[in-house]
Amino acid sequence: MFAYILRRLWQMVPTLFGVMLLLFILFHWVGGDPSYILAGKSFSAETLANIRHQLGLDQSLPAQFLIFARQVLTLDFGISWSTQQPVAEILASRIGPSLTLALPMLLVSLLLSVIIAAIVAYVRGSLTDRIVTLICTLAMSVSALVYIIAGQYWLAHKLGWFPILGWSDSLATNLWRYIPLPLLLGLVVSLAPDIRFYRSCFIEEMGHDYVRTARAKGLSERAIMLKHVMRNALIPVVTSLMMSLPYLFLGALLLERFFGIPGMGNEVLNAVDRSDFPVIKAITIYVALATMLFNLLADIVYKLIDPRVQLK
Amino acid sequence: MTKQTTLLAADAACPASRSLWQLGWQRLRRDRLGLAALWVVAAFVLLALAGWLGLAGSHWRDEVAKPNTPPALFKHYAPATVELTAADIDAAQQHHTSAADASAATGMSAEDDPLAADMAAAQATAAQSAAASPAVATHADSLVCGSDSRGRDVLQKVIQGTATSLLVGLSGALLAMLIGTLLGALSGYFGRRVDDLLMWFYSVFTSVPDMLLLLAFSAVMSRGIDTVIMVMALTSWTGTYRLMRAEFMKHKGREYVQAADAIGASHRSRMFRHILPNVTHLLLVQFSILTVALIKYEAILSFLGFGVGVTQTSWGAMLAEAPAELLQGYWWQMAAVTLFMSLLVTAFSMLTDSLRDALDPKVK
Repeated sequence: MFAYILRRLWQMVPTLFGVMLLLFILFHWVGGDPSYILAGKSFSAETLANIRHQLGLDQSLPAQFLIFARQVLTLDFGISWSTQQPVAEILASRIGPSLTLALPMLLVSLLLSVIIAAIVAYVRGSLTDRIVTLICTLAMSVSALVYIIAGQYWLAHKLGWFPILGWSDSLATNLWRYIPLPLLLGLVVSLAPDIRFYRSCFIEEMGHDYVRTARAKGLSERAIMLKHVMRNALIPVVTSLMMSLPYLFLGALLLERFFGIPGMGNEVLNAVDRSDFPVIKAITIYVALATMLFNLLADIVYKLIDPRVQLK
Repeated sequence: MTKQTTLLAADAACPASRSLWQLGWQRLRRDRLGLAALWVVAAFVLLALAGWLGLAGSHWRDEVAKPNTPPALFKHYAPATVELTAADIDAAQQHHTSAADASAATGMSAEDDPLAADMAAAQATAAQSAAASPAVATHADSLVCGSDSRGRDVLQKVIQGTATSLLVGLSGALLAMLIGTLLGALSGYFGRRVDDLLMWFYSVFTSVPDMLLLLAFSAVMSRGIDTVIMVMALTSWTGTYRLMRAEFMKHKGREYVQAADAIGASHRSRMFRHILPNVTHLLLVQFSILTVALIKYEAILSFLGFGVGVTQTSWGAMLAEAPAELLQGYWWQMAAVTLFMSLLVTAFSMLTDSLRDALDPKVK
C-alpha cells in the first residue's frame, strides 16, 4: 500500500509538469504581452519596459518558464495584478466562504439523493419510480441558470423568505442567513442527476445473486437493503463522490456569483474578468493538485471499502 | 468496387443478415419515444439551419415593438406599467440625444481620452444611419412572444439564439470528437510510447476541471463564436479519447484486423478503414452526449460574459438579460429561452438513450 501511494505520487510529477506547461503556453504565448493590460491607458515606452522587467518578460522563454516553475514549487504566485495583494493571501481568504457553502451542500445532497435513490430503486417499475424518473429527466433539462435566477427572484425578492444576497464575517450568521437559499438551489440543480445515477447503482446491485440468497435464507427486506445492497451500491457512490470533491468549490461558481459569496468561484470569475493572470494560474495549479490527490484518495478508499480491488 | 459487390452477393444469399446500422434503425423505429425525440431534434436543426442561412431570426436586431411588450396571449399577466404614450417616447428620445454627446461627460479633453476618436466616428455613423432611415414610426403593440427592453422581438431573438447555441454545440462536439478519435486511435492502436505520451496529455487535461479550463482559455482569447467553439473542443475531447483508446485496444487484436494485416493493409488503412467503421456507432452516442453538455456550457459561458460576442445573441446571452427584466416583472424572455432550451435538451437526452439502446444493445 505504501509503495503504491509513493508510486502514484511519483506519477503526479509529469502531470503537474504538463499542467504547468499548458498554463505557460496559454498565458505567456497565446495570451500575448500582459504589460499593456498592466500599464493602463497612459503608458510610455519606459513604463512598459519597466513592467516587462518586473515580470521577467524581457528574459528568454525557458528562463520565464523557470520563474514560473519556481513559483509553483514554492506555491508563491506573487501579487495580484488588479488588487496588488499577495495571491496566497487572496486565496486563503476565499477558501473559507467556498467551503461554508460547498460542504453542507455536499452532505445534504448526498444524504437526500442516496435515500431517495434507494427507495425509488426498491420500488422500481412502480408509478412512484416512473414519476421520480420523469421529474428527474425534466429537471435536468432546465439550465442551472434558470433555477438560480428564478429562485433568487421568487424566494428572496418576491416572497422575502431569504436575503437576496450577502455575506458576513460570522460563520453562524452566514450559515443561518445567507447559506440556506444558495444551498436549496444547489440541491435542486444537483439532486436530479445524482438520484438517477445512484438509482442505477442500486438497481444493478439488486439484480445480483446474493440478494436472492439473502431473501432465501429469510432476511427481512430492510436488512437486505440496508446491510447487503446498500454496502455494495455505495462503492461507486463513494468513488464518484471523491472524484467530485475538487470540482465542488468550482461547481458552486454560479451560486457564489449570484449570491455575492466571496469564495473561490467568484474569485476565478473576477480574475478572468480583469485578466488577473497570477490569480488564475494559482487557482488552476491548486485545483489540479487537489484533483490528483483526490483521485489517489478515491482509489485508496475504493480499496478500503472493497477488498476485492487490486491496486496496480 | 469488388468488395461491395461481394458484400451485396452475400446479402442476397442470406437476406436475414443486416448491418448494424440497419438493425439499429429498425430498433430505433420501434422505439416511439426515441423517434419522437429524433423528430424534435431534427426540427431544431432545421430551425438552426434557417437561422444560419438568414431565413429566420435574421431581424432580431430590429426594434420592432414597444419596449417590453408582453406576449399576445399573456397580456393580463404582465405588469401594467408598460404603456408609453407618444409624449413619453419623445421625451425619452430628447433625453437620449442630449446624452449622446458623451465626450463632455468623461471630463477629459479629447487628447487624453483614448476613445475620443472612436466615439466621434461612432456618433457620425449613428447620425448618418438615423438620417438615412427616418425613425421607425410603427412600433407594434403586441407580439407572439413579446419584446425585450429595447423592443426587439423575443421570438426572433430566440430563433437566432437557437442557431448560435446549436452551432456552438454541434461544431464544438464535432471538433472535440475529431481530436478525441484521432488521438484515441493513435494511442490505442500503437500503444507503448505513443500511448504513454498521449495518456500524459490526457492526464494533464483531466486534472483541471472543465469549467476552470474553459475560463482559463477564455481569459487569454478574444470573445466570439469561433473562440467558444475552439475552447470547448480543446477542453472536451478527453471523454472521446478514453472511449476510442479502449475500443482500438480491443479491436487491434481481433481476427479481421489480423486478416487486413495479412493482405498488406497499411497502419492507416487498418485504423481508419477497418477498425473505425466498427466503432462509429459508439461515436454517434458520444456525439449526442457531448452536444448537450456543450450547449449547457455555452449558456453558462455566455451568461457570464465570456461566450459569444456582444453583437451576437445566444440562449446564454438572453438569459443574462433575465435577472434585470424579472425585477421589473418582464418574465417572457426567460420563459421563451427556458422553453426552447429544455425542449431541445430533453429531446436530445432521450434521443441519446434511444440511440444507445438501438446501437449498443449490450449495454443496458
